[in-house]
Amino acid sequence: MKTIKEIQNDIVDEFSMFDDWMQRYEYMIELGKTLPLIEDQYKTDDNIIKGCQSKVWLHAELIDDKVVFTADSDAIITKGIIAILIRVFSDQNPKDILEADTAFIDEIGLKEHLSPTRANGLVSMIKQLKLYALAFQTQISE
Amino acid sequence: MEPVPIHMKFDIEKIRADFPILNRKINGAPLVYLDNAATSQTPQQVIDTIVEYYSEYNANIHRGVHSLSQEATERYEGARKIIQNHINALSDHEIIFTSGTTHGINIVANGFSSILKAEDEIIISALEHHSNIVPWQMMCEQTGSRLRVLPMNDSGVLNLDEYRDMLNPKTRLVLVDHVSNALGTINPIKEIIELAHQTGAAVLVDGAQACPHLVPDMQDLDVDFYVLSGHKVCGPTGIGVLYGKEKWLNSLPPYQGGGEMISEVTFEKTTYADLPHKFEAGTPNVCGAIALGRAIDYMNDIGFDNIFQYEEQLLSYASSKLNSIEGMRIYGPPSNKAAVISFNIDGIHPYDIGTILDKLGIAVRTGHHCAQPIMDYYNIPGTVRASFAFYNTQEEVDRFVNAVIRAKSMLS
Repeated sequence: MKTIKEIQNDIVDEFSMFDDWMQRYEYMIELGKTLPLIEDQYKTDDNIIKGCQSKVWLHAELIDDKVVFTADSDAIITKGIIAILIRVFSDQNPKDILEADTAFIDEIGLKEHLSPTRANGLVSMIKQLKLYALAFQTQISE
Repeated sequence: MEPVPIHMKFDIEKIRADFPILNRKINGAPLVYLDNAATSQTPQQVIDTIVEYYSEYNANIHRGVHSLSQEATERYEGARKIIQNHINALSDHEIIFTSGTTHGINIVANGFSSILKAEDEIIISALEHHSNIVPWQMMCEQTGSRLRVLPMNDSGVLNLDEYRDMLNPKTRLVLVDHVSNALGTINPIKEIIELAHQTGAAVLVDGAQACPHLVPDMQDLDVDFYVLSGHKVCGPTGIGVLYGKEKWLNSLPPYQGGGEMISEVTFEKTTYADLPHKFEAGTPNVCGAIALGRAIDYMNDIGFDNIFQYEEQLLSYASSKLNSIEGMRIYGPPSNKAAVISFNIDGIHPYDIGTILDKLGIAVRTGHHCAQPIMDYYNIPGTVRASFAFYNTQEEVDRFVNAVIRAKSMLS
């Protein structure tokens, strides 16, 4: 099982293989297709991440003390973005998720290549992933 | 499709040379600017006017005895005259300089909040931008008046039969945009105004999206209020115009208190200045007004008829090319519309298309365009909107359409 840092490094390596941002977007769209999809029953308004211009649904479960995320979006590039985040954070301990930094996003240059509204959405997504981790962490320590 | 030659009565290359920003590259590609409905670009002549103002005669107006102040006052009042002549207002004191369309609407809405009663009705068109919705909702909260929505059909055309039925003696105001920002629909405002006047209602027309394309004639339209923004007609941001008939402007209370708008002030009582100063509290955007006047002159030199004809050809060329893309849906009327194309492609989110277009150097708008009720009507999260100006070219349309095709193949 890879650590969060190891997965982040993998992603940085993958993105460095491309020459331009059109190719990176194509890759993100491909990654979006690998996103572990949220079950329809969880695709509710309550599970929509606030602050995103397109709709993003996020669900989390604690399985064997690890947080497992599923998600979906109505926009395909957004789906790629959340897929990257889920690849990093899913199937990890709540504690590790909470302690993880997200410098890899700057390293792959994702934020600067998103429109400001989309970059805000990215921040909201990370916040929501960490909030789930915090909730499960509290649950475990009780 | 074979390109149909587009005819123009002006030298497009010469005009493009007036706009320094059009030389910019975005993500390595030459900029194709198709977000003109949000903000138009600024020609060098207007930029020079701004520089000249701050380099040569920057001063506060209307109260200085010194030469600079007089010069600035003359130029500021000269700009008012330019606007008056341009929109054929009866008098120059019916022209109020504002910070933009939103400000103008708020002045009128605030004024009516002290006039309207709970039993009064206001008709608002379904095609309005948020800036012509929210101030009236706020006003209705104060007065208790009823806001009634004049519906549109699937093509984004207002239903005038229904409008006739809705009008009644309790109707005090009708609010409508001259051109819809989200769909480009040109509304039959002359007829709307005539019908409103028959029942004694006043009409406010939001002209923000019309003025880049055509010239509204205040006296011919017999409109009560008309608002527009400078930054959509090649002028700077932060300047706009509220036109109001003299009798209305006299009967509305001032919006903001301060300097410039008073006649006499004691701590017991203040009497207000005459029009237009009553609505121009504080030091106005002197430079902005003068630059707006220059922008209107610039566009008139090209000629609005020429501009409209040229943009119409760009619109029809772009529409037919886009329509050949499978899954394309263009919103808005097939004819009688300004040079705006609002569209979606089946199964693709407008934000995704906008993001890819930006990477290819093409600036369009995506989203609800501050007209959420229209998006709700079509049950969509938003559209991609390409809006054209007289400095756009046929070649740019080709680049735009090719980029849409490329985005579609990436995203589907």
